[in-house]
Amino acid sequence: MLALFYIFIGVAIGVSFWQITRIMNLRGVIATDKDNDRQGKYFILFGVFIYALMIYCLIGMNVLMLPESASFEGENDDLLFDISFWMIGIVQFIMQFLIFFFTYKYRGKKEKKAKFYADSHKLELIWTVIPGIVIIVLIGFGIFQWTEVMNIDENEETIVIEVYAKQFAWQARYAGADNTLGLGNVNFIDESTNPMGVDMSDTASQDDKQVTELHLPKGKKVLFKFRSQDVLHSAYMPHFRAQMNCVPGMVTQFGFTPKYTTEEMRQQSEVIAKTQGINKIRSEKGEDLYEFDYVLLCNKICGASHYSMQMKIVVEEEEDYKKWLAEQPTLAETSKQ
Amino acid sequence: MSEHHHKETFVTKYIFSTDHKMISKQFLITGMIMGVIGIFMSMLFRLQLAWPEKSFTIIEAFLGPHQTDGIMSPDIYLALVTIHGTIMVFFVLTAGLSGTFSNLLIPLQIGARDMASGFLNMISYWLFFISSIVMVISLFVEAGPASAGWTIYPPLSALPQAIPGSGLGMTLWLVSMAIFIASSLIGSLNYIVTVLNLRTKGMKMTRLPLTMWAFFITAIIGVVSFPVLLSAALLLIFDRSFGTSFYLSDIFISGEVLHYQGGSPVLFEHLFWFLGHPEVYIVLLPALGITSEIISTHSRKPIFGYRAMVGSIMAIAFLSTIVWGHHMFISGMNPFLGSVFTFTTVLIAIPSAVKAFNYITTLWKGNLQLNPAMLFSIGLVSTFVTGGLTGLVLGDSALDINIHDTYFVVAHFHLVMGVSAIFGMYAGIYHWFPKMYGRMMNKVMGYWHFWITIICAYGVFFPMHFIGLAGLPRRYYSNTAFPMFDDVADTNVVITIFALVGGIAQIIFLANFFISIYRGQKASQNPWNSNTIEWTTPVEHIHGNWPGKIPEVHRWAYDYSKRVDAEDDESDYLHGQDWVSQTTPLLPGEEES
Repeated sequence: MLALFYIFIGVAIGVSFWQITRIMNLRGVIATDKDNDRQGKYFILFGVFIYALMIYCLIGMNVLMLPESASFEGENDDLLFDISFWMIGIVQFIMQFLIFFFTYKYRGKKEKKAKFYADSHKLELIWTVIPGIVIIVLIGFGIFQWTEVMNIDENEETIVIEVYAKQFAWQARYAGADNTLGLGNVNFIDESTNPMGVDMSDTASQDDKQVTELHLPKGKKVLFKFRSQDVLHSAYMPHFRAQMNCVPGMVTQFGFTPKYTTEEMRQQSEVIAKTQGINKIRSEKGEDLYEFDYVLLCNKICGASHYSMQMKIVVEEEEDYKKWLAEQPTLAETSKQ
Repeated sequence: MSEHHHKETFVTKYIFSTDHKMISKQFLITGMIMGVIGIFMSMLFRLQLAWPEKSFTIIEAFLGPHQTDGIMSPDIYLALVTIHGTIMVFFVLTAGLSGTFSNLLIPLQIGARDMASGFLNMISYWLFFISSIVMVISLFVEAGPASAGWTIYPPLSALPQAIPGSGLGMTLWLVSMAIFIASSLIGSLNYIVTVLNLRTKGMKMTRLPLTMWAFFITAIIGVVSFPVLLSAALLLIFDRSFGTSFYLSDIFISGEVLHYQGGSPVLFEHLFWFLGHPEVYIVLLPALGITSEIISTHSRKPIFGYRAMVGSIMAIAFLSTIVWGHHMFISGMNPFLGSVFTFTTVLIAIPSAVKAFNYITTLWKGNLQLNPAMLFSIGLVSTFVTGGLTGLVLGDSALDINIHDTYFVVAHFHLVMGVSAIFGMYAGIYHWFPKMYGRMMNKVMGYWHFWITIICAYGVFFPMHFIGLAGLPRRYYSNTAFPMFDDVADTNVVITIFALVGGIAQIIFLANFFISIYRGQKASQNPWNSNTIEWTTPVEHIHGNWPGKIPEVHRWAYDYSKRVDAEDDESDYLHGQDWVSQTTPLLPGEEES
């Protein structure tokens, strides 16, 4: 097989050399009027290709996109994204048209003369000020939304959950009845009994609950505290428009309020369409059918199995959540065993 | 100096040459070899992304111990991504692009006999050469080359327990980069000094061609930001080898607690991106400068808004040094900093927009000579706009939360700095090839090269935005662990096919380049009827560039199609032809533009 491959490469190189020497005998070096004419027309054809590609991607690939935000905080993200995308989309369509059309329209001819046009302060002012204004609006909205999402009111009632990253798995710890996480440090780690390195001498630790699957109540604000035990990881929850790096040696945080339960999300039209598309592919390959689930992915390169590091997230009604949480043992209980 | 002929041996002429024209060719050829390696790597990992479970003979042939039955291992996948990024950003687009054209053009376009220090210039090349060799050697390390991403974030890059590439491979990477930075600094200092001190009589700063402005400002950004990367790399070397804790703290790995206390990876991110972001402009500005020159020359029109172009280069350069935090919105730094960096980042859109509009206005009512160099320049404007616009989405911290490190980012920066800068480099090669080798490159092959390349570039990177919006993270060895990404598999196949065709098509360019060096048609002195003074030197290279006195400059570089009556587009050319060399004195009563 390998020998065949080398022969193939040898033949390919030989053929290309033969072809290339043929082309090299055409010794044209500077564009003539005929070249200008032909290349100018090619630019129009290329413009058609680009527009077809853009329209196909915008419409045809729409079904691949993430569904609407599953958190209340992410709603404005989606709105801001739509505004930005419409705006850059319009600018893109106009600018590309101008580039290709001008190239075609003003393709060189012997008898033609170019216009000597070196400066226009008026024009330059226009295209400094207009982008300036648009950008100020985008920045304003963007910074407003950023502040809304990132600044978490300490007095607000939140459910505190620690998300803990290591190569190549996620774990989580619920703060328990006191809603305070016990302290943690790598020095307390014991891989069999205390994998998250919780300080059991801290009274706040006793009622903490350690799990490997996240359950969140719908409509309650959740405050995540992120830690990592080895390298950088990034906790990426795309459906909630949420992401934060997990940094060894420090605690980072991010908060959001789930808007739809997993069940509700499965009934959402965009999710149904996407799931159908996926299941068509999976059934052709003879694989198990896929059902929508929220997921937490690792999105910062962390090693060989980076590509499979994940944790399932379940959003449910508050009573179901409470029932589930009550079933989980506290750390005090598990450490006694 | 020019009258004095000293004896040249093979070694002094081709190897340890201090002549800027020879050094620029050395940079170009080395950069091209590194480019072939870098592009080839991307083709290998694109195979993996499109057909993750399929066996390939080519992978078996090239990856040796890092594959089983023609399927690459996850570790080598990450290594390929890392080295592809490093090689393309630093070795091809920094040294290969800036090194080549700064060296070739600075003395020629400002009217100097050579660089301020020919010796340092030679050292700069040879340090670059050594660093390239070290980088290539690192590919053959048993545990694999550096594989923590081209951003080499610690702790991953600091701990061989975390990934095998962080052993000897990472050490060689750091050594190579340290040498590379030394090379880049020596080169940049030389460029700055030369532009400031060695301009010929009449070459005021306001008469410099835009290429000169771009290279000059690029060199300044390099001098400001590269030393910071050097310090970041040194501290990382200390952490790795001497047990310090600049970046590391509280780590439990492979069953034991490490001794590191009190450091922070976020510090590394700050130091890295303080170079990392300006680096984007170190790559891009020379390409934009080359494009300005080529679009003007081949449109037979003055560049529109010369002063605005210079101003926007300066504005971009200044802003580029205060936006690095937009790579770190979700790194855990204070959210207030995120707001500040959003503000400065999105501001860059203004000078960038000015540049794009000015290019388009330069095309308007021109007499476009569509040579391959011109096609690549127009292609650059197109990809620069496409890639630049999505920067408005990514620079907005609120939106960045959800698309950070997805394929949307990969598509964005490849279009705006990768493809654009490569196009600028190709444009420059096609345009100045006659100046470098005294011969012309073949036109037909240039056209084929351009069209295949731009179609493939868009075919690869445009759909890639949308798989990023589907939430697909970058640097995943395979997407099969997540059923939610099953529906992007087809798109990945299409992207890979475009990437393979585009990669292989570069052979057309390589063949054209090397055959033309020996067999190309002999060039005339000024084949493109260009105004800049590098075209007043003889075709055959001589030491000192001009045989007699250095010519005096009387005007700016862009008096194309200047008319008798400025208001009347039909009137005759003022100088009887559509170009006026910078060395032509002003006519009585002629106004300087």
